Amino acid sequence: MMKRLARYIKSFTLWDLIAGLKLTGRYFFARKTTIQFPEEKTPMSPRFRGIHALRRYPNGEERCIACKLCEAVCPALAITIKAEPRLDGSRRTTLYDIDLFKCVYCGFCEEACPVDAIVLTRNHDYHFENRGENILTKDKLLAIGDKYEADIAADRKDDSRYR
Amino acid sequence: MEGILLIAMIVAKIIAILVILLLSVAYLTYFERKVISFIQSRIGPNRIGPSGLLQPIADVIKLLNKEIIIPSASNRYLFITAPIISLGTSLVAWAVIPFDKAVVLANVNAGVLFVLSLSSLGVYGVLIAGWASNSKYAMFGALRAAAQSISYEIPMGFALVGVMMAAGSLNLQTIVLAQKGGIWHWYWLPLLPLFLVYWISGIAETNRAPFDVSEGESEIVAGFHVEYSGTVFALFFLAEYANMILISALISIFFFGGWLSPFQDIPYLEQTFAWVPGIFWLLAKITFFLFCYLWFRATFPRYRYDQIMRLGWKILLPVTIVWIVVIAMAVQFNIGPWFV
Repeated sequence: MMKRLARYIKSFTLWDLIAGLKLTGRYFFARKTTIQFPEEKTPMSPRFRGIHALRRYPNGEERCIACKLCEAVCPALAITIKAEPRLDGSRRTTLYDIDLFKCVYCGFCEEACPVDAIVLTRNHDYHFENRGENILTKDKLLAIGDKYEADIAADRKDDSRYR
Repeated sequence: MEGILLIAMIVAKIIAILVILLLSVAYLTYFERKVISFIQSRIGPNRIGPSGLLQPIADVIKLLNKEIIIPSASNRYLFITAPIISLGTSLVAWAVIPFDKAVVLANVNAGVLFVLSLSSLGVYGVLIAGWASNSKYAMFGALRAAAQSISYEIPMGFALVGVMMAAGSLNLQTIVLAQKGGIWHWYWLPLLPLFLVYWISGIAETNRAPFDVSEGESEIVAGFHVEYSGTVFALFFLAEYANMILISALISIFFFGGWLSPFQDIPYLEQTFAWVPGIFWLLAKITFFLFCYLWFRATFPRYRYDQIMRLGWKILLPVTIVWIVVIAMAVQFNIGPWFV
């Protein structure tokens, strides 16, 4: 009986509603957690897996030796490689395509690579404007590698203790 | 000549009210987005113009540029008429709202009845929209809106009966003047249960959260206006927000003394705030209730449909009837500080 009366009083004084309003009212004045994206960015791990790149040795020679381990390990079959001996006799790729629509950014290619040639960079805000641009050719991959080489090397160095 | 001048004056007044009203509707959407994002620890629109203040303008331009799609299975005349009815009824009611001592477009004697009838007519726009769309979600939304509006009209009307008995008039200006004498003489205190009932039914009447089952986006997409796009959708949008402002204005007038200053009969404070025009107090009260609308939307989860019906018929209606009896006694025997 008393319990029921207490419940009636509680619901007719809108007790629960006021408690809820108090909570949201407090959040109204709370510190905002929004990050203003283009100006501010969230911290990012050196292991971040963004767009791919092919690296070179400091003397300008490309690292990739066309062992095709990345092609074999790729779970999405996104990598296509063709290889031939170069004029100087070393084995190099003639075709190295990554289909970004197939790629799942798992990073297995990077782990499989014996010479650290294929890597995933931190760059994640890229876009395409035409059909066919989703295929990253060898030239494009090397260009990305040249552009971000400093960052890529720094990230590998940061993470080398754990590899 | 005099007749033409009179008509021109009235038209000018109407345009002034409408322009200010539509501008406030546009900025109410900005206010809503800001308030809700603040409560959710976000900062809301801030890109277009300083602090995002031009956001509503951009939204309006976008909406006006969109194509109006009329579904081929719909009834096109009713489909176009519905948003016009919705917006028309929500704008016409502003004719009787007193903004200050002598500032009112039409000081009619049965103002309360006029407002009540127009808010009932508004549901026709929703019903016709749902029917004419020839879509199951629109139909469900319209049915829910109709049932809900009719159910909540009754406690709303009964709550106003209390106000009419206390003020002894149906004229909105007289009702405001009857609450003279500072914040403790406004009707929210003697009519507290009726005020809460009116507030709750007002929110339900405008189909706003937590009573927004008629457009509950997680259940029936967008309810009655699911088939609408472009300008005709904008009309529904305008109608909904104009109705929110209207209900806030009515709560202020019926229970919070309209344009009266809260500091009447309080020494020192009354003299200090004597220079403030009455319209400022009315706008302040309207803004407060609009803020509460948004606060509720950010706080309460949507009611289940049968719970809405239960609340309206089994709780709000009995409460109003009991309190009408109490008020009748108080008025008849001049009880309390309010009814002497």
